[in-house]
Amino acid sequence: MSSVSKSPWIIHYDGSSCNGCDIEVLAALTPLYDVERFGIVNTGNPKHADIFLVTGGINERNIDVVREIYDQMVEPKVVVACGVCACTAGIFKDCYNIIGGVDKAIPVDVYAPGCAIRPEAIIDAVVEGIGILEEKSKKLKAEKKGA
Amino acid sequence: MGKAQVLPFGPQHPVLPEPLHLDLVVEDETVVDVLPQIGFIHRGLEKLVETRDIHQYIYVAERICGICAFGHSYGYAETVERLMDVEIPPRAQYLRSIMHELSRIHSHLLWMGLAADAFGFESLFMHCWRLRERILDIFEAVAGGRVILSYTLIGGVTKDIDAPMLQAIKDKLNSIKKEYQEICNAFLKDTSVKNRLVGVGYISPEDAVQYGMVGPFARASNLNNDVRCLGLGAYGDLADFQPILSTDGDCYGRVQVRAEEVLQSISIIEELIDKIPDGDFYVPVKGAPAAGSEACSILEQPRGEVYYYCSGNGTKNLERMRIRTPTTQNIAGMTMALKGCDLADVNMIVLTIDPCISCTER
Repeated sequence: MSSVSKSPWIIHYDGSSCNGCDIEVLAALTPLYDVERFGIVNTGNPKHADIFLVTGGINERNIDVVREIYDQMVEPKVVVACGVCACTAGIFKDCYNIIGGVDKAIPVDVYAPGCAIRPEAIIDAVVEGIGILEEKSKKLKAEKKGA
Repeated sequence: MGKAQVLPFGPQHPVLPEPLHLDLVVEDETVVDVLPQIGFIHRGLEKLVETRDIHQYIYVAERICGICAFGHSYGYAETVERLMDVEIPPRAQYLRSIMHELSRIHSHLLWMGLAADAFGFESLFMHCWRLRERILDIFEAVAGGRVILSYTLIGGVTKDIDAPMLQAIKDKLNSIKKEYQEICNAFLKDTSVKNRLVGVGYISPEDAVQYGMVGPFARASNLNNDVRCLGLGAYGDLADFQPILSTDGDCYGRVQVRAEEVLQSISIIEELIDKIPDGDFYVPVKGAPAAGSEACSILEQPRGEVYYYCSGNGTKNLERMRIRTPTTQNIAGMTMALKGCDLADVNMIVLTIDPCISCTER
């Protein structure tokens, strides 16, 4: 990825995390790390979002919510699993109400481990996500041309 | 009056960092009834005591909630220590109290930022979070983590904080004070902020008792239930402790109580640092809790009173662990405050109870 052609907007959903990763996602947007200066905005609307940041594992109650948000997002879209719980269910793996990581519900593009994940790791994962987003967008364009 | 309609609020909502679902029954723009639905973050952590031993569980206890992470490890460790009749050194008690008050400052600043975001004051949100990073710097220097600290052990704490470090914490808090005062002024004196807060979501002191409200939410309705008044642990050595109360009972009162509690926490930390005794910061704890033994403890967390109960069965694992968290208590009060409010004020009222859904659902 040489340059970014547009600023991706992110949407954040707390699966069943302990909050630690959620506040770090917000910390990445606020003055010390400040990714908003690149135009990366935290939106509440799935239809506006390009990158879906999920924290925490999946349980029976929220699996439909996560799928619903993912389905409402417009292609191309990228999913980033933030924190070790979102990757593999982490420390909560043995809990009776946990199905597993986010990939049990929706396809995940970038895995970003950490407990709690550090804002630097989130930024790193989002930057990787931007590369994937551009690739997906190119592919989508090529498909449209072919059709 | 229009026909009653049901509006869903959450679980994914811009003002909520955590999933909470409310079914709002509205007539025109007025909320007439509220039905909360929870369970989106339920993991089953209380059951996990059966497969994790008492020392391992401290790391799980910490992850009950990432915002009050230190508080939960502190409360759990204290209960297990009571269960096993372990006396921890006074220095460890002081260090725990200092860290606990620091996490109160971090939690309140975080909440004030989210509240500012909810009433649409974006720059105030950014300033609160900028200041909060300075507290996280202290956490990082002391324990190595920003939000999950792993600082508590059963029998004490993992590391000592030496004298130069304690002085550095004091200096840092002093430097925060002045900037914090400016933020406080914006919260408590700005007219546009007041317009969103004054008179919104009123709860009378009688209702506060009846709904069993705890923490700053209850203290804003002039109900003193601050556990720190009991003088447990290092809090007993404070020269003077006066809980912060407000008679307003509305959203403004709740902001005021939390805003002043930050300054109170800073002075508590300064006093504890001045008085901290020398000595050990850890006593090794061996063995297992006796069969049939029971212990409980209470703790004032940023959101209010938390109650822990543990019972042993003679093995390394506990028989049962139970926590009653503040948001569980406050949800009843929140639904009462929401009845009769404007639809536009729902955000504000939901936020002013400082909901911590991870604690509630575990």
